[in-house]
Amino acid sequence: MSILDFLVPASEACQRSGPHDKIVLSSRVRLARNLRTSPFPSHSKKAERIRAFETLMPAVKSLTQLGSETFSESMDKLPALDKQVLVERHLISREHAAKNAGSGIVLNREENVCVMVNEEDHLRMQALRPGLQLRQAWMAIDAVDTALQEKVEFAYTERYGFLTACPTNLGTGIRVSAMLHLPGLVLAEQINQIIQAVNKLGLAVRGLYGEGTEALGNVFQVSNQMTLGEPENDIVERINKVLLQIIEHEENARLSQMEKKPAVLLNHIGRAYGVLGNSWSISSKEAMNLISFLRLGVDLAVFGQTPKSLTDELFLRSQPAHLQLAHPLREKLGSDERDLFRAQMLRERTSLIPKPDPQALLGRREPESPE
Amino acid sequence: MVCQFCKLKEATVHVTEIADNKVKKVDACAACAKEKNYNDPAAFAIADHLLGLGAAQKMEEASEAVGALSCDQCGYTQADFKKSGRLGCARCYDIFSDGLDSVLKTMHKDIRHRGKVPAGMQSAQAGVQKLQRLNRDLQTAIAQEDFESAARLRDEIKAFKPAE
Repeated sequence: MSILDFLVPASEACQRSGPHDKIVLSSRVRLARNLRTSPFPSHSKKAERIRAFETLMPAVKSLTQLGSETFSESMDKLPALDKQVLVERHLISREHAAKNAGSGIVLNREENVCVMVNEEDHLRMQALRPGLQLRQAWMAIDAVDTALQEKVEFAYTERYGFLTACPTNLGTGIRVSAMLHLPGLVLAEQINQIIQAVNKLGLAVRGLYGEGTEALGNVFQVSNQMTLGEPENDIVERINKVLLQIIEHEENARLSQMEKKPAVLLNHIGRAYGVLGNSWSISSKEAMNLISFLRLGVDLAVFGQTPKSLTDELFLRSQPAHLQLAHPLREKLGSDERDLFRAQMLRERTSLIPKPDPQALLGRREPESPE
Repeated sequence: MVCQFCKLKEATVHVTEIADNKVKKVDACAACAKEKNYNDPAAFAIADHLLGLGAAQKMEEASEAVGALSCDQCGYTQADFKKSGRLGCARCYDIFSDGLDSVLKTMHKDIRHRGKVPAGMQSAQAGVQKLQRLNRDLQTAIAQEDFESAARLRDEIKAFKPAE
């Protein structure tokens, strides 16, 4: 079975919902682990990597925590387009997509546990949850890790904890992160303040696809940087607390924009609706930034009963690999044709959304007193 | 261009240094550059980029501290570490541990692991503690001439380490 048959369609993937999902798109906890006896994949020879791969793939696949049905494949067996789809679904890293023989992936049916074999470390295991569910994600991946420790021996010392190729991941090997949609803070021009404050707390703020990527569509990723010297629970709780604060700031920013500058807000949302519904060629960058405002409009009930899953689906389908997948030419679809095809898809889908209703924003204002 | 030191090999390392307001240019082959300690400044920049500002300097200090060490298991050298900011294998953490702590201090909350302990280690640690307790109890029992308890404890200790 190909990974494309295994994955649920974009429309279904976007139906997933969780607490605070107006602002928190998804929560993720990832653990880095290495085998005790084999050199780290970044430094090992191909034969050593393949040996580690052959030890780990069956061990991971046999875990009952992943359920009875899993998808597992060696990276060299996956076509480039399939890998890119996995990146766009945030199931594997861009680095892992570049790997070939000796590296692999194991994904469960629910698509909420994904294990990368021989990325920078022998194992990068992650649990994903929609909305703000860091604790649940941590518990899920903790259980996978515990079960796996009965099958393979990890590199671990009492002093340094779990050993990793890069010392930045040493100790717990944990990376706790959440993807946030923050158009309110961007419009209020408070986003840089927030980023600086979050950085001061030892947390990193990154773009849509992690390290070194742009914050497209007002989507930001917040994650811990320190992994050593603190228990996992403390790290999870600290980020959870910070996220709740960011959520509050974003909500406040949206409210104050609605109160003070409803026309500015309507202008952004209305123009996004207009362009997405009427363009004939559009880049993924422009599309994502506009869909962000469409999503904001949905959150603020400007588009009636339109569910947020629809805008999330547009966001996902606008990305290059998902777009190519929907086109008969597949990977042969060039970037110019992609922009045309993207615009067509967006026109068709935006036509299903009712026109923005300004009363949803303006109606909330206090009626002016007659005097 | 020929190496200005050995005048034999092709110069592949070109360094422009500014010291005391004077510009000094060096063109050396890889071997001479290594010998004269002209490091690749770009390598530090990468470490800074990966591990946070100041990390490169710490790593340089660290590598001076460990000298020309290399890992006996995977062959990783301190130069590799400096360049990539990564280690080669689990054993590297023993080999390079001297310089490592100062690097870890710049990037982590502490330099001691306080998180999850593998189940195997847990029982090993708990086992050691239990054995210590049994031995202590045994000594007390003997001192108190409580030989009935002493015999029971002796058997418990025996049962606890059948492998030995």
